[in-house]
Amino acid sequence: MRNICKEVMPLHEVIRKELLAPKIHLMEVEVAPRMAAKILPGQFIVLRLDERGERIPLTPVSVNEKKGSLTVIFQEAGLSTKRLGALKEGDTISDVVGPLGRPTDIKRYGVVIAVGGGIGTACIYPEAKALKGAGNRVIGILGARTAELLILGEEMRSVSDETYIATDDGTKGHKGLVTDVLKEIIEGGEKVDLIVAVGPAIMMKAVADATRKQNVKTIVSLNPIMVDATGMCGACRVMVGGETKFTCVDGPGFDAHLVDFDNLLSRLKMYSEEERRALELYERNVVADALR
Amino acid sequence: MPKQLAQERAHNFREVALGYQVQHALAESRRCLQCKAPKCIEGCPVGIEIPRFIKKIVEEDFEGAIRIIKEKNNLPGICGRVCPQERQCEATCILGKRAEPVAIGALERFAADRELGAGIKIANRPEPTGIKVAVVGSGPSSLTAAGDLAKSGHDVTIFEALHIAGGVLTYGIPEFRLPKAVVAAEIDYVKRLGVSIETNVVIGKTISIDEIFEAGYRAIFIGTGAGSPNFMNIPGENLNNIYSSNEFLTRTNLMKAYRFPEYETPVKMGRVAAVIGAGNVSMDAARTALRLGAEEAHIVYRRSEAEMPARAEEVGNAKEEGVRFQLLTAPIGYVGDAKGRVESMECVKMELGEPDESGRRRPMPIEGSKYSMRVDTVIVAIGQRPNPLLASSTQGLETRKDGTIVTLDDSGRTTREGIWAGGDIVTGEATVIDAMGAGKRAAAAIHLHVLSTLNRS
Repeated sequence: MRNICKEVMPLHEVIRKELLAPKIHLMEVEVAPRMAAKILPGQFIVLRLDERGERIPLTPVSVNEKKGSLTVIFQEAGLSTKRLGALKEGDTISDVVGPLGRPTDIKRYGVVIAVGGGIGTACIYPEAKALKGAGNRVIGILGARTAELLILGEEMRSVSDETYIATDDGTKGHKGLVTDVLKEIIEGGEKVDLIVAVGPAIMMKAVADATRKQNVKTIVSLNPIMVDATGMCGACRVMVGGETKFTCVDGPGFDAHLVDFDNLLSRLKMYSEEERRALELYERNVVADALR
Repeated sequence: MPKQLAQERAHNFREVALGYQVQHALAESRRCLQCKAPKCIEGCPVGIEIPRFIKKIVEEDFEGAIRIIKEKNNLPGICGRVCPQERQCEATCILGKRAEPVAIGALERFAADRELGAGIKIANRPEPTGIKVAVVGSGPSSLTAAGDLAKSGHDVTIFEALHIAGGVLTYGIPEFRLPKAVVAAEIDYVKRLGVSIETNVVIGKTISIDEIFEAGYRAIFIGTGAGSPNFMNIPGENLNNIYSSNEFLTRTNLMKAYRFPEYETPVKMGRVAAVIGAGNVSMDAARTALRLGAEEAHIVYRRSEAEMPARAEEVGNAKEEGVRFQLLTAPIGYVGDAKGRVESMECVKMELGEPDESGRRRPMPIEGSKYSMRVDTVIVAIGQRPNPLLASSTQGLETRKDGTIVTLDDSGRTTREGIWAGGDIVTGEATVIDAMGAGKRAAAAIHLHVLSTLNRS
């Protein structure tokens, strides 16, 4: 049988690419202006590099609807993000789709703490910016393992009334966790109306635990494994308040105090073995190609 | 029809049914009685003139045969493979009263494959009307509606959320039952009829229904299917290695996980796979599990064999390949290991009571029958609901409690002017050909509607 070519896809050009920190990339990608115009804080997109690539959910850190572009920040972890990281300006990406998920409810709450851990800061920055724009007093808390891995410090400072930094090794700001700083603020007596937090699942779990006692409303943006990201497969299901929710259509933002983080953490590890295998094979091939 | 040997095919993703050679097709076509008042046509949801196309095969005019099929059906290679002919055209075939009915589906596939092999020819395109019509989704109902509207000369655009068109034909039905090259070729045919397909567009998110109308489209067909998977909501269902059938099949078919790590999306397959449910999707999942390396694949079904919704042919294929059946059995929970991976499934045995609203006897748990079964992978295949994303973001589009779209007549006209809907989004989970029938009726109604709005303006 004649193998007819697959669906013709318009390609998305990589307009700008920068290395922000070791293995952390910023990438501006060309998209349809009609799509860029629709993306709101809290929503995400899915990107697929090419025929063999996974569908990768990412939150745009900014969009340019006039130019028709969006900017994402990602960290090389598995094979897909490693291949994404290897792209150069002028290279193309096969698919970009979105916006997906529900936007964050942006309004005037009063005092809002925005917590960003690692590359989660890329997701929290547009939310903090919008919340500041809505008239909130915004307190930013940024965390990373070490100073070198901190991103968007200037940007967060520009949209926050106060900004705090925490690094695990104390190379910048508080030595310790973002939750240490967070606890100090909420236990220090300032009335906080909302906490938004994005980062590794383990950090979001710690944030939920830190704010549970004072019962401060806390919204986290969850990052489970997804496939289609349009509500079709249920890979991203999470337990929230004892009910199964699909993060891609019901979230990604959920009430942190209701999320079953242990289940999320366990599900995030589901393919770690496969991810390692795929990465090893890829790296072997890269070395073999270089030697050839 | 000749098939790959069961022992071999259970370990590869190549097509199981090999199709007729010319001599088979000729022999089978000669069995058709060419009834004066053919019953088979009544059984066909899209009304293919079956005796006429079979006569062309008898005359060895294979091009003539496919031309007749394509008067009514834009996707014959797909239908010849996945239609439940035994419940439709073949069920009403007069020969079936005494012996085997004519193998109409196999003949349809034969005619379609002949043309695919030679390269599909397109008849002259009609005079363009200049009228824009939008189609949401690209599964069987949408492709049919789009193809028919293009044949009427309209300027049709399909919007598809995923990165490849085809809907369930692409992500759901496995390669070994419906080769993706066949799907791609028939989608290509629809495109060559003049339909444009925009992938990666989620209607209700990327653009709204209102924006489609604002962009000058005069009518919209919604064929977004039943894509939201059901779970049983029993304890442990979110443990690792428990999938919805949609996820399992999407990973394998759409993302080609069976070629991991060459393709980067993985799928987990342990030694023992359990598939919950006994529909066609369940059979697809169990047979896929074997091909991915499961040593045992079990269908776990709460009723008995007689009530299984899957086609007898698919059940037969599954049995031949070694799929085991745990009937009158229902899971009530799952237990995981220290790493959160499913390790065993708690089940109860069932017995059948009085018929329920579906007319089937209601399964009742037998007291004290609880037992545990070791499993490594579970696939929950108990049906799908419509994805609420589009309807919930669209004003004036009335839906039922189960998320299906309300239609006002047989053509699929909805409660909002200019919008038709068809396929699983209206009926709930049904068959490919029923969806195509709905697409066809909607296309006819949309054609009349847009012409009338043209005359008005």
